[in-house]
Amino acid sequence: MTLVTATERSAQGAPRAEGDRRPPDRGAWFLVLPALIPILVLSVGPLLYGILLAFTDAQSGRTRATQWIGGLNFQDLLHDTLFWESFRIGLVWAVGVTVPQFLLALGLALLLDQDLKLRWLARALAIIPWAMPEVVVGVMWRLVYNPDAGVLNETLRTFGLGDGRDWLSGLSTALPAVIVVGVWAGMPQTTVTLLAGLQNTPRELHEAAAMDGAGAWRRFRTVTWPALRPVALAITALNFIWNFNSFALVYVLTSGGPGGRTRLPMLFAYEEAFRYGQFGYAAAMGLVMVAVISLLLALFLVGRLKERTGGDRA
Amino acid sequence: MRTSTTGRVGQYAALFAYLVFLAFPFLWLVSTAFKSPRELGSLHPTWIPRDPTLDNFRQAFDEQPLLRAAGNSLLAASAAAVIAVLIATPLAYVMARHRTRLAKAATGWVVVSQAFPLVLVIIPLFLVLKNLHLINSLVGLVLVYVVWALPFALWMLVGYVRAVPTELEEAAAVDGAGRLRTLVSVTAPLLAPGIVATALFAFITAWNEFFFALVLLKTADKQTLPVVLTHFIGAEGVADLGPLAAAAFLATLPSLIIFAIIQRRITGGMLAGAVKS
Repeated sequence: MTLVTATERSAQGAPRAEGDRRPPDRGAWFLVLPALIPILVLSVGPLLYGILLAFTDAQSGRTRATQWIGGLNFQDLLHDTLFWESFRIGLVWAVGVTVPQFLLALGLALLLDQDLKLRWLARALAIIPWAMPEVVVGVMWRLVYNPDAGVLNETLRTFGLGDGRDWLSGLSTALPAVIVVGVWAGMPQTTVTLLAGLQNTPRELHEAAAMDGAGAWRRFRTVTWPALRPVALAITALNFIWNFNSFALVYVLTSGGPGGRTRLPMLFAYEEAFRYGQFGYAAAMGLVMVAVISLLLALFLVGRLKERTGGDRA
Repeated sequence: MRTSTTGRVGQYAALFAYLVFLAFPFLWLVSTAFKSPRELGSLHPTWIPRDPTLDNFRQAFDEQPLLRAAGNSLLAASAAAVIAVLIATPLAYVMARHRTRLAKAATGWVVVSQAFPLVLVIIPLFLVLKNLHLINSLVGLVLVYVVWALPFALWMLVGYVRAVPTELEEAAAVDGAGRLRTLVSVTAPLLAPGIVATALFAFITAWNEFFFALVLLKTADKQTLPVVLTHFIGAEGVADLGPLAAAAFLATLPSLIIFAIIQRRITGGMLAGAVKS
């Protein structure tokens, strides 16, 4: 949503020769169709089909015809405490990952924007979590958290902080432990995006503010942040969606355990669909997930945009 | 900008903390991959393996069909990357050059497709592919990967197209070159680096992908690397750490190498798509 407004806004800013409003001629259709057909058949179509499935009793491997059951799935879902518990865990996870991810990434981006030595090393290292398969990230952190052969417990033992514990199977530690992994895995992409945004902020303004004797915090608030804000909002919104819908990391780390403490909604829906074969019910879960997340995001973005037109001017 | 000495020290301390946080899990993975089973079984693991060994790598290849899986991954990821870029580039061109309703709809789709949870997409896709007998088939997986790679590919390519000045195309048109001729001999060469970067990025995303592969591929001879990696972890969550680490390390290398090459272009392209300069 933000990204669209960002493009539209910049497009309005400068009327350009390429802003060609004429309908595309035949040649353009020839250019568009090769992508349009797969998009319609394998993305838009299935999406609509998926929405319809949420109102049916579709099951895997059944011979009886699938029936239209209206809102029955949603009624069941309303009373499905396991699902709402999973939904709550999903929200805790999404917020718990997105917020530290943003703050840590902002800190690192500000550092990398400075003229520091070893910057190249940090940039190179920041690639690693981004490029890694999520499954490998999960495997790697299992090794870190391993109660005996893991580096975390060994470090604790070295510093005399006790014997450590089995982080991923402890009822109270499992969710925080996977959240740390989520932060680690998503931080680089956010950092790189914010850094690119920082490098687009006007240097002269920064220097002028420094001449006027503005401290680092003031300079950040009055010069850097307003310029960075659209990028920051966009990446935060996207991170929130991606995190809420995340699957592979937690699947590999805990498969949702112990006792469902890390069972994110995607894991729940996956099991419902492909272990128990309840396609219709799982589709209804997916639909509820989109609806609630869209609502939350809309509230968040509207709030932020209001703040921008109101407070900041002082 | 001048910064006080204490400020500088603080900045380096923070940077150092970030470096440690980012690097240590990966270093631990590498370290574990070279440790002998005896060492892994003993308490007090060390950062440097006491007697480094390649046994884990050998054992990993013995336990799971890693070569086969790597072949499947390579095939699926390359096919998906090439097809995605081939069909995305023309559409991206139209999206960048014409502000029509179609271009707007395509942009809308790019954004909306990011918001939907994969369950809502995978169930219908599963049913559709089942009817086409493309479950447990790399062809079916490639189809899914192509569509799945398209939003980001379009996003990046639109940015790259906008970076090509229209004046160049107009000049070619004045010189009497037809539309197709202009596209092929003027625009395409200028886009080539961007197209390659986009293809490589699509390759990595497909190489790393797990969820679709998990749902769509049923037998070991068809499965891709990420799915096979999870087979090292037993039903009770007990894993043979050495081979697991070795296999995970190997599975990461291609992505790391490619990513190191294209990193700058990716970040450039992402922002070019978002805020045009």
